[in-house]
Amino acid sequence: MPGSQENEENVEPSEQPSESEKTPVATGHAEAEPEPEADPLEALTHSGRELLDVSLEVLKDLAPQAGALDDIPQVSVDKTHTLEACRLIKDDPRISARMLLCLACVDYSEYFQMVYVLQSLEPERTLVLRTDVPYSDAIVPSVTSVWRAADWYEREAHDLFGVDFDGHPDMAPLLLYEGFEGFPGRKEFPFNEYQEF
Amino acid sequence: MTQMSENPPAGLVTDAEPVEMLLNMGPQHPSTHGVFRMVLWVDGEKIVDVVPHIGYLHRGSEKLCEGEQYHQIITLFDRMDYIANFNNEQVYCRAVEKLMGLDVSDRSEYVRVILCELNRIASHMLFIATMGLDAGAMTPSMFCFRGRERIQGLFESVSGARMMHNYFRIGGLKEDVPDDFVQQVREVLELVKQDTEESDKLLSFNEIFLARLKNVAVMSAEDAIDYGLTGPCLRASGVDYDVRKAAPYSVYDRFDFDVPIGLDGDCWDRYYLRVQEVYQSIRIIEQALDQLPEGEVVSSLGRRLIRPPAGEVYVRAENPRGEIGVYLISDGTDKPHRIKVRPPSFCNLSALRHMMKDAWIADSVVILGALDIVLGEVDR
Repeated sequence: MPGSQENEENVEPSEQPSESEKTPVATGHAEAEPEPEADPLEALTHSGRELLDVSLEVLKDLAPQAGALDDIPQVSVDKTHTLEACRLIKDDPRISARMLLCLACVDYSEYFQMVYVLQSLEPERTLVLRTDVPYSDAIVPSVTSVWRAADWYEREAHDLFGVDFDGHPDMAPLLLYEGFEGFPGRKEFPFNEYQEF
Repeated sequence: MTQMSENPPAGLVTDAEPVEMLLNMGPQHPSTHGVFRMVLWVDGEKIVDVVPHIGYLHRGSEKLCEGEQYHQIITLFDRMDYIANFNNEQVYCRAVEKLMGLDVSDRSEYVRVILCELNRIASHMLFIATMGLDAGAMTPSMFCFRGRERIQGLFESVSGARMMHNYFRIGGLKEDVPDDFVQQVREVLELVKQDTEESDKLLSFNEIFLARLKNVAVMSAEDAIDYGLTGPCLRASGVDYDVRKAAPYSVYDRFDFDVPIGLDGDCWDRYYLRVQEVYQSIRIIEQALDQLPEGEVVSSLGRRLIRPPAGEVYVRAENPRGEIGVYLISDGTDKPHRIKVRPPSFCNLSALRHMMKDAWIADSVVILGALDIVLGEVDR
């Protein structure tokens, strides 16, 4: 899994108070990140593995890492290669992921993860592209030039998480009002505090 | 859409420079079906550009999910797409069940499908009613609301609430359906079928209605896919994509039903496709009622606190408005690490700017109406 290498980079105990507040029941799970499975590709179907192999070949110049999001094949790339990878995945006739289903931003307290869920229509197959974005350099190339569906997703991620998208045509606030302070999607944002509007 | 005439009628002052005007619609406007605001740049009667403003209903549902236990989140999903509550509950429950590897009894699955398809009908009937109202037809809305009210009465007898049911549970249902459920559904279906046929006959091929909707806001298949449209809006453009067929979930693979496809991708296709989907949903429900097995429906988990194993799933379903996706990440605690919802209305609405360019101001209401958005889901 990507990200597990970055664990040792900045482990700050001060990041943790919200965590203890969140889980009143004592559990044996101190780890915030999901544990990598023994074989993450186990859940993939035969066609899923085929799609994964094709994707790895298409992206071979971008150092892709194979993985799986449950039963969906997944490739991880470095964030600088996101735009190029998206374009290749969309344009290659063997994958032809013409639809961006979902763009999720996940906060892991030390880094963000952008998860692109892509869909090709003929045949109907789903592929996940994943990239890690460090807090210190929270900027990703915008993929609005590849799929126009990315426009609002990126604005939403910018609003809620403070991730910047390089090359996005209009980064005006979408869900929040002009002048809202802070990023309410982040883990560090308090649950029960209100701002005067 | 007819183009603006090049030659103005005689006697009109023509040397005036074209002036662009800013026209504000909403957030409190009856045609926006909620709290949605759009700023139209108009040149005469023609829309030059439109800037949609959303977020008036932003409650931070996704963030709230991170602070609630898994059982409690069902109520939050009820409030996202508040016209299709059962569909939303189902997709969330399926996500957690998949993460935990839980088996759901056949009877639960069938009851879920019946309720979800009834909810689809109720949602589409609301759409047909408001579409008629948007285009100036009052009477069909009466038939549709009558039908919808019948379905909601049925929901009330099942779950105790007309909306916001909180009836599905992770691994099953809250309790079994009433004894006369099958009988009730059959009666309601018969009446709803009549209501739909009545409004269909009144509205669909009405000349004024056709004139208002035909060839308005045409969306090519290419554009529709690029904007991530799903559901009836995508299928109206001629793309055969329905999650119930593409990636069958629950027990949908056991039913025989068709997916209606549009030809032109205009507002009328978006409307008529939903009418046809009502008939298909009725077909599914009739089959499900015939096949409905006996068995346990209450989840084996009961009310216990659940802690799914650490991991992530992405689960999809076909909602009345399009494809909903739930990306659920568990860190092994009693609360999820992150829930990201792919709301169908959000993507459908993002294509509004493209659809409204070069349309008439008078058409803006039907263009927005034909998208069938629910702001609770757009803003979350």
